[in-house]
Amino acid sequence: MKTIKTLTLCCLLINAAVADDAALALKSSMADKNFVTLDRVERDALQTFCSKPRSEEGDTETANDLRESARAAVPVPAEGDFLGDWQRGEAVANNGRGLQYSDNPQQPNGGNCYACHQLDPDEVAYGTLGPSLTGYGARGQSLSMLEYTWIKLWNTHAYNVCSHMPRFGAAGILSEQQLKDVMAYLLDPLSPVNSGLIP
Amino acid sequence: MISRCAAMLSSLLLLLAPLWSWAQQDGIFDEYRAMFGDDNPAVFVIDEGEELWFNEAGPKSMTLEGCDLGLGAGVVEGAYAQLPRYFADTDRVQDIESRLEHCMIELQGKTREEIHAKPYSLRGDLGTEMEALVAWLAEQSRGLAIAPGQAHPSERSSYELGEQLFYFRAGPHDFSCATCHGQSGKRIRLQSLPDLTAHEGAADAYSSWPAYRISQGIVRTMGWRMRDCFRQQRMPELIMGSEAAVALQTYLAVNAAGATMAAPGLKR
Amino acid sequence: MASRIRIRAQLKGDACEVKALMRHPMETGLRKDQLGEAIPARFITAVTVTHNDKIVLDAFWGAAVSANPFLGMRFKGGSVGDVVKVSWLDNQGDTGEGETQIR
Repeated sequence: MKTIKTLTLCCLLINAAVADDAALALKSSMADKNFVTLDRVERDALQTFCSKPRSEEGDTETANDLRESARAAVPVPAEGDFLGDWQRGEAVANNGRGLQYSDNPQQPNGGNCYACHQLDPDEVAYGTLGPSLTGYGARGQSLSMLEYTWIKLWNTHAYNVCSHMPRFGAAGILSEQQLKDVMAYLLDPLSPVNSGLIP
Repeated sequence: MISRCAAMLSSLLLLLAPLWSWAQQDGIFDEYRAMFGDDNPAVFVIDEGEELWFNEAGPKSMTLEGCDLGLGAGVVEGAYAQLPRYFADTDRVQDIESRLEHCMIELQGKTREEIHAKPYSLRGDLGTEMEALVAWLAEQSRGLAIAPGQAHPSERSSYELGEQLFYFRAGPHDFSCATCHGQSGKRIRLQSLPDLTAHEGAADAYSSWPAYRISQGIVRTMGWRMRDCFRQQRMPELIMGSEAAVALQTYLAVNAAGATMAAPGLKR
Repeated sequence: MASRIRIRAQLKGDACEVKALMRHPMETGLRKDQLGEAIPARFITAVTVTHNDKIVLDAFWGAAVSANPFLGMRFKGGSVGDVVKVSWLDNQGDTGEGETQIR
């Protein structure tokens, strides 16, 4: 048992050393551009842990720690304050700009939801990297569903460590208001996302 | 009972039909490509690249005919297909762009600054020298097997570094190359995404770049494509011919090894 | 580096194959800019190809042709060294012209 622990530790350290080489190589291979600077090459604990193929599970204990700390850091709105305006949410879902060095930092960021997800069933230009969210509103608006959806948007790793979905809230990509608008786009029965559902 | 089931089934199929055709997006572009036949607007850029190779330039007023791309000075046929590879004179693994940079500096006396000032076209530009040279050189490898060097230890560590970088999650969106290119059968909006970790996907990608990008009206190189990927990943600017750029191309080329070069290709 | 129109003319068998790449936005007039204003229509309306000053192609184009049009055509009766010219006119009165010799 002790041998396995030592071996695991050695593997993690070697991996860390090799990974540091990668970070160093990338840093020396990149240049600041407009407002995008080399600090973005620095990875946090989650990114470092998740820098692996999807098939690789990684250490369970670390995964659990990361999941718990992700969940603990999510600021959940007060009951009744989860939903914004679905029309603004639709715009956020369609907008693929924000935080690229070619973008205007004065403009709000988009969520680019359609890059990966199907949403409005009438919108054919959708990606398949994530599951379809068409008819998401069928799940209803119980407090637990509202909280689940909010937490998922804020930091998906609270549920699914090493998911490839961005941390829209935790990473400061979308504002609280934008997230509430996206919530409405998903959950409002009048949202086009839910147009196929029987009212 | 049966006729009602049949009615429901046929209306379900009718509903699914448009979804089916959208899922075949790639097929549509293949048809478009087939209409071109052997034609490719890249022919003009290829001609320019050839002119540039034989053109006296830089303070030393020299052509690039003395440039060694791995098969000997001035040997261009098949050179692109065997990159990236280790070069003893620079003691590093190099891709086509870093090798051209080296030759421009050594043979022609150009400076690193001027070569890096604007190697890739910006929106509305009509093409750069680097893009034209890479287009012509890729054409000289058309029909040949992709065969990057892997005999030298530096070449193997370049592959390993490339693999590490492929899975490197970073930036505000936590994207790595693998986010989009780490699995098969997926697309982003309507653009299908090759699985670059597997031979088939890597071969599709590596064999078709550089390519005439119809939407931009110019030839784009693999080096540019990677720079633009990093931009979209919300990362800083990838330096042309840098260690990471070479390592990632090594990773792709090795995964694609054996497939046939078909560049410059034609893309949307 | 490159001009607004690039031409290649090559003898293939008994025909001369002409390829031309024209740099033109081919705006339909239907697209809108960031402010919601329609971008004015600007597209090639006529293309002419001549061989030693004799017209071998007279084409009428419209907004359906995409940006940076790539034209390919063949005609019989050319010889190496003959001059092939391609010219275009757009709806705003702008013109483009280029010539090459048959290889």
